[in-house]
Amino acid sequence: MMIDFLNAIVALSNFVLIPAIAYGSQLALGALGVTLVYGVLRFSNFAHGDTMAFGTMTVILFTWWFQSMGISIHPLPTALLALPFGIAVTALLLLGTDRVVYRFYRKQKAQPVIYLIVSLGVMFILNGLVRFIIGPGDQRFADGERFIMKARDFKAMTGLKEGLAIKTSQSITLVTAIIVVIALFWFLNRTRTGKSMRAFSDNEDLALLSGINPERVVIYTWLIVAALATIAGTLYGLDKSFKPFTYFQLLLPIFAAAIVGGLGSPLGAIAGGFVIAFSEVMITYAWKKVLTYLMPDSLDPSGLVQLIATEYKFAISFVILVIVLLFRPTGLFRGKAL
Amino acid sequence: MKKLLTATAATALMAGAASAEDIKIGVFLGFTGPIESLVAEMAPAAEFAIAEVDASGALLGGSSVTAIRGDTTCVDSAAAQSAAERLITSDGVSGIVGGDCSGVTGAALTNVALPNGMVMVSPSATSPGLSHQNNEDNGLFFRTAPSDARQGVVMTEVLMDQGISEVAVTYTNNDYGKGLADAFQAAYEAAGGTVTINSPHEDGKADYSAEVGALAAAGGDRLVVAGYVDQGGSGIVQAALDTGAFDTFHFPDGMIGEALENNFGSDIDGSTGQHPSPSVELADAFTALADGAFNATSPFAPESYDAAALIMLAMQSAGSSDPADYKGHIMNVANAPGEQINAGDLARGLEILAGGGEIDYVGASGVELVGPGEAAGNYREIVVEGGKITTASFR
Repeated sequence: MMIDFLNAIVALSNFVLIPAIAYGSQLALGALGVTLVYGVLRFSNFAHGDTMAFGTMTVILFTWWFQSMGISIHPLPTALLALPFGIAVTALLLLGTDRVVYRFYRKQKAQPVIYLIVSLGVMFILNGLVRFIIGPGDQRFADGERFIMKARDFKAMTGLKEGLAIKTSQSITLVTAIIVVIALFWFLNRTRTGKSMRAFSDNEDLALLSGINPERVVIYTWLIVAALATIAGTLYGLDKSFKPFTYFQLLLPIFAAAIVGGLGSPLGAIAGGFVIAFSEVMITYAWKKVLTYLMPDSLDPSGLVQLIATEYKFAISFVILVIVLLFRPTGLFRGKAL
Repeated sequence: MKKLLTATAATALMAGAASAEDIKIGVFLGFTGPIESLVAEMAPAAEFAIAEVDASGALLGGSSVTAIRGDTTCVDSAAAQSAAERLITSDGVSGIVGGDCSGVTGAALTNVALPNGMVMVSPSATSPGLSHQNNEDNGLFFRTAPSDARQGVVMTEVLMDQGISEVAVTYTNNDYGKGLADAFQAAYEAAGGTVTINSPHEDGKADYSAEVGALAAAGGDRLVVAGYVDQGGSGIVQAALDTGAFDTFHFPDGMIGEALENNFGSDIDGSTGQHPSPSVELADAFTALADGAFNATSPFAPESYDAAALIMLAMQSAGSSDPADYKGHIMNVANAPGEQINAGDLARGLEILAGGGEIDYVGASGVELVGPGEAAGNYREIVVEGGKITTASFR
């Protein structure tokens, strides 16, 4: 009986909890970037998915360069070493985009919907740029030790029927996400620049009256967004694989996460990321195995006990988005209404 | 040079005869898209046969024959249809070698080839849905590749012989994957096996852990992956290995390639599979004939050569390059009775036919057309040992 219970817990962790926590952290970091742009610059940045793709691409290029020179930080992936360089290049790109594109509309005090369409244009340009440089195909750049715990080893170690696999990339994702979130909250709540960003986000006119330089706030926002996007993209790429199109597709769950949590609310973005990730994984998971372990034999399920087939995974983000917008448009953490 | 001289002489001799014409044959394959790496060998193989016949000067009183390419894209039916339309109406081809992937082939056949009365001989479309048992194709569609209904039976035999009676199945969500998975499930269950789950996966995604979670929950002794090795199929295998959900797999034709060894190596030792393949003797003979012009052992390259050859031999047999005339002759030249004709021997076949004799085309893949004009199918059973794909037997 106890063994059955343990097997159920292990199967659940292996196929639901661990993947969902890793995916949720990646979504949370992406949603933080979206929510910051929305809070400070006041528009929905549709180019965020492709900013992540661009950042990851630069990290991959630096990774390959380091690998060719034989630099590595085994057993950790070389990509972690390349991360700061990728962030720097992405920051330059975002500042350049702001200078060339967004600043013009900011001076005109354009409507948010115009910004949104402009960001769509930026998205298409980045889309093409990334494909032009690295191509549309799959790129694998993960190196170093692939597993912390292999399923087969776990089975041999514990004697349980179920295996538990923990990938290095999954634990790196979680650790990095925690560090980044702590650093971000410290920056926003404790530093002078962070406080001025929050003031600017809360009330632009009041912030201007109290002598906050808006261009400085904008630059800092883009720098943070570049770091968040590159880190989120690289972690996703390490854990899964890099392909420009999948990053474009990530836009939907990321926006769903930001809106579910409440646009403009950093805490909401994190909660939203995990809500979306856990819903996607848990609703599409076939519960047969876990239930078979937990239920008495006479109640064993005959079907798969799967609510929705996996091919409708993306639909779940949509459904959650619609429900939240209908019943609580400001999101879980009372962000700004769309 | 000698061949060229003969050809020139033959053309000169026939110059006065009204029957000599400029015949064009469409090579209608996915030069871009998911199987572009295979088409890089298939198209030259088909064009090799066309050049061979052209050089012989023996076709229809010294007619010349040239190849014209059209791109099916493998996945985009609209693009494939307009390419087929262009081949027929603007280029004026008399026969089409192609298409390649089952979905676009079906679309081009029903919407373009049928209304235009054009013969299509596909070297690689394997969906059981393309077996036209009730003459829905007006006798215009043939294939030198076997239907996956046959592959489903062969797969069942391979698994049953190893005593595996419970498997999970995942397939790439298109005509090929669905057709194969359903054909396999039917054959396997008829033989007493159990399919615990038969679920699709989408190609081109980064993450397949949810799909593998469902497959693992359903369980089974082995996971059958009816996908593409360059696409989601490898993603599924990777995720299954990572989570420890399955240790061994069974791979149909779309999964067997060098990429499988490169991606997984000895992690998938003990896995099995099968793909359509001619016997060793035929494969060796065809490799010698190709002589480096293309990779003769690449999947579907022999079938491509045969598809082009069948069209031209049927024209000769009918004495006409009009699809309406020669479509009834394809089965005759492909099967017994008659003189056996191998690849590289097309000129002899053409002469026998011109003399009123009969031939039984063997070609590069051991052509034997059954049912509504599709290959009977020889398969190579493989097993992964020490990270390498090795031949277990031929079926």
